[in-house]
Amino acid sequence: MKSPGKLEARLAAGDFVITAETTPPDAATSDAVMERTGCLKDLVDAVNVTDGAGARTHMSALPCAAILAANGIEPVLQFTVRDRNRLAIQGDMIGAAALGVPSILCLHGDSITKGDQPDAKAVEDTDSRGLISMARQMRDEGCLPSGRAIDPPPGLLIGAADTPRDPGAGFNTDGLDAKIAAGVDFFQTQFAYDIDVLRRYMAALDDHGITRKASFIVGVGPIMSARSARWMDANLFGVHVPEHVIRRIEGAADEKGEGRKVCAELIEQFREIKGIAGAHMMAPRGEKAIARTLTDYRIRG
Amino acid sequence: MRSMRDWSVRHARGLSRLYVVFEHLMVAVAPLARLIGHERLERPVAAVERRIKETLFDCRMCGACVLSSTGMSCPRNCPKNLLNGPCGGVRADGSCEILPGMTCVWVKAVEGDRNMGGGTIGLLPAGDHRLIRRSSWLRILRQRSKESAR
Repeated sequence: MKSPGKLEARLAAGDFVITAETTPPDAATSDAVMERTGCLKDLVDAVNVTDGAGARTHMSALPCAAILAANGIEPVLQFTVRDRNRLAIQGDMIGAAALGVPSILCLHGDSITKGDQPDAKAVEDTDSRGLISMARQMRDEGCLPSGRAIDPPPGLLIGAADTPRDPGAGFNTDGLDAKIAAGVDFFQTQFAYDIDVLRRYMAALDDHGITRKASFIVGVGPIMSARSARWMDANLFGVHVPEHVIRRIEGAADEKGEGRKVCAELIEQFREIKGIAGAHMMAPRGEKAIARTLTDYRIRG
Repeated sequence: MRSMRDWSVRHARGLSRLYVVFEHLMVAVAPLARLIGHERLERPVAAVERRIKETLFDCRMCGACVLSSTGMSCPRNCPKNLLNGPCGGVRADGSCEILPGMTCVWVKAVEGDRNMGGGTIGLLPAGDHRLIRRSSWLRILRQRSKESAR
């Protein structure tokens, strides 16, 4: 095993996993973390902790992940290259492992100009692929890029992001191959509300042998309203919410309830698609909606 | 060019006076600049500004010029990018700990401030990184013409 985490063990066993996403609070107590995220305990296999999502400052991700770990919630710590240089990131990776974080997700991060302090400096000392290979080198070779030993090395399962899309003519998996070659163990994807596109995408990945090299945990979430579905469709990179899904939510007496039902049905469909290792549930400030979806529909990993 | 940079610090008072005149001139041409369009002016003005300020100050085109508050010694030439005074590594002879052949830009700034009559150095906020490579002059022109419109 590469990490001490339950997530890796369950992925290795071929179980269907459920992960969820949380954003650290704008509050300086560990109670605030648990108030927000505690509802996911025992419902999911792991909880991703975002790193300055939307280029906004919150409690930093590492202590938030450590608080979750100490309270029995397995974290997946997200790392972006926007706010720290490689020295800081390497230190945080070692520290994360020491604090009980078994998995990380390597990202570029939202553009600083889209955040609430757009005048700040974007560090971008490396890119997401650089992060992946740094983490892999530290874990597998037990040393820093300088060659200096880390003993014991950080046992981190390494994740990266992906976006399901329609595999048209000229479809290739070069980007995924490069990330896997750099050291990726699992992918967590952008929202996949278009099940037909997802089916075609996963079939194409399967054809290319990608799903045997890394686990794919597919993004989904309880849709809060028809308006929010339309917003996601128009504004989120790589996200398509089919019109029939939006109409269905629009036509329901309880839009939120219907949004949870859509999410639960999609997860059931994911289980039937070859190559999908689990569902990654995201909803901005929607930890409770995620928990309710999982309990109401008795969804278990 | 370091010799030119030193000359500018020695003549900080003259340069700051010249700049005040230049700023008045900018305000005078502000309506014309608005007519042409600030974005259209951005590239040519930035190119001219770069030429002049590179020669005089080893300007790095941070777009947020603070020379008037740093004794005409550009703090962007500090290898540690310090905007508010020197680090603890300045050598006894006033030279930089990272680039030993260079006098600390903040030693120069204090010299320039003295030449300007003193009291020009204040607390500078963290820079706006969106302005990098853009014209500082145009930014000030826009700011001043907005202020005078009020």
